[in-house]
Amino acid sequence: MLQVEAVHKSFGDFTAVYGANLTVGKGDLVAVIGPNGAGKTTLFNLITGQLKPDKGRIVFKGEEINGLPPYEICRRGIGRSFQIVNIFPRLTVFENVQVAVLSQQRQSSNIFSPARNLAVAETNDILESVGLLDKAGNIAGSLSHGDQKILEIAIALGNKPELLILDEPTAGMSPEETAATMRLIKQLASTQGLTILFCEHDMDVVFDIAQSIMVMHHGQTLIQGKPEEVRRNKEVQEAYLGGEVDA
Amino acid sequence: MLKKFVGSLLATRYSLPTLGIIIVLLIWPLLVPRFYIYILSLIFVTALLAMSLNLTVGYGGLFQFHHGAFYGVGAYAAALVLTRTSLPVWVGYIAGPIAAAVAGLLIGWFCVRLSQLYFAMLQISLGSLIWAIVFRWYDFTGGDDGLYGIPRPSILSSTNNTYYFILLVLVACLVALYIIVKSPFGATLQAIRDNPQRCEAIGVNVRRHQLMAIVIATFFAGIAGVLFVILERSVFPDLLFWTLSLEIFIMCLLGGWFTFAGPMLGAAIIVTLRTFVGRHTEYWTLILGVILILLIFFLPEGVMGYLLRIGESANQRIGEAANQRIGESANRRISGRS
Repeated sequence: MLQVEAVHKSFGDFTAVYGANLTVGKGDLVAVIGPNGAGKTTLFNLITGQLKPDKGRIVFKGEEINGLPPYEICRRGIGRSFQIVNIFPRLTVFENVQVAVLSQQRQSSNIFSPARNLAVAETNDILESVGLLDKAGNIAGSLSHGDQKILEIAIALGNKPELLILDEPTAGMSPEETAATMRLIKQLASTQGLTILFCEHDMDVVFDIAQSIMVMHHGQTLIQGKPEEVRRNKEVQEAYLGGEVDA
Repeated sequence: MLKKFVGSLLATRYSLPTLGIIIVLLIWPLLVPRFYIYILSLIFVTALLAMSLNLTVGYGGLFQFHHGAFYGVGAYAAALVLTRTSLPVWVGYIAGPIAAAVAGLLIGWFCVRLSQLYFAMLQISLGSLIWAIVFRWYDFTGGDDGLYGIPRPSILSSTNNTYYFILLVLVACLVALYIIVKSPFGATLQAIRDNPQRCEAIGVNVRRHQLMAIVIATFFAGIAGVLFVILERSVFPDLLFWTLSLEIFIMCLLGGWFTFAGPMLGAAIIVTLRTFVGRHTEYWTLILGVILILLIFFLPEGVMGYLLRIGESANQRIGEAANQRIGESANRRISGRS
């Protein structure tokens, strides 16, 4: 479904991503891991268009998408959440998701019909599936950090993505929240047939739920394979033992 | 549909005050001398201008710093058609908003490619360019003399009729603006204000949306410009000067830019101040400055925001918590980058 081939990105003298390769098949649950500063977030930003790659190809459903603006990539079926909470703080929880659903329905430029009657059922379904329905009327900025991270995912679901990219969905969460979020992600993958690409610091979580793991180090892809292969790989062990141990 | 709309208006807790205000406005001309009818008409015109600005500033989060330029373009377009051509009057009245929207499209097209302060600086420059053209082009625009004695149809010749006409147009525009703000477009616009980056990631073409907001806002500014021509029967380059843009920006902040009707209140306060304080001293902006400082310290959400907050004291804690969270997440974002 998604192929990333030899993608490079540098900021001035600093090379953030130096030859990253990644394959995501339909229905997979793929994790990207690597020490801090390995280029995981940059890679995600390259895939979803927030950044443009210097070199390399990104192919989604057989079409090259590198260099397209983010909204165009989203419309092709890639939704994402962000590592640092990235919501609409002054809107309600309901409106946060509704805006995404309206965009998916191509209603964003409609200036005549009242928005409160549109996309209500779809929005409520999403809020229910992530467990935020009882907070639908709250101002998003007033939610707890954990709920805001869940809202991140809910917003991304509003676009009915085929591929959902989650950049550290559990960053800053307590262990209980992390476990609940991971259950949610697993559940979304199985019940909605979503393909999910995520990155995560908690190694137990990653090796527990991912079907395929890609390891990044200094902007490069070391290996992509099944959890057991990755666990046995020498280079991976060195990268983690040599650098900071995040696991 | 209309029945439902009126019904929902009456159902809210603001229906009684609103009804009271409407009645007062309707009988106002019967109660007061002509000067006060004129002042209220001027407040209506300015209120519409401030409301149109707030679509971009309050709802769109855009640094629309030279909105006055479009007001002036609307006024001049109408005035020029009415004085320089023999076209029917309504052509002039329609030319105003259209010319303003076209100017908004042209200037906005460049501005939305820049962010925040750069957006503001470019708009001030391009708006000032229009001002300079109008100011210098004596043969066509009358230069710094402006144009005066602009004809108006006989039905609008009395002060009272002008008053009611302007009130009617204002109400129609408010209904239109309300519908726009509550539409999917309006919801998306507010989402862009809160977080443009996130909006791109949910498939919204942010620049196109912002440009659309500018065109709509400048269209309504053009209507306000036409109303000014109807009221004053003259135009002058000050309408396009940047100080006026600053003034309407302050109206939005003063009235409450996160509320729908706030800018109208701000316009009423400032026009009243300018009229009555300005009578005693030419330094009335000094008082405006003091008010602005007090506003920033004590009413950061504006007068209307403050009034609504008193009305909803039950929700107050939630609102404050929201603001605090916003502050925190902003801090996190900043520290997260470093």
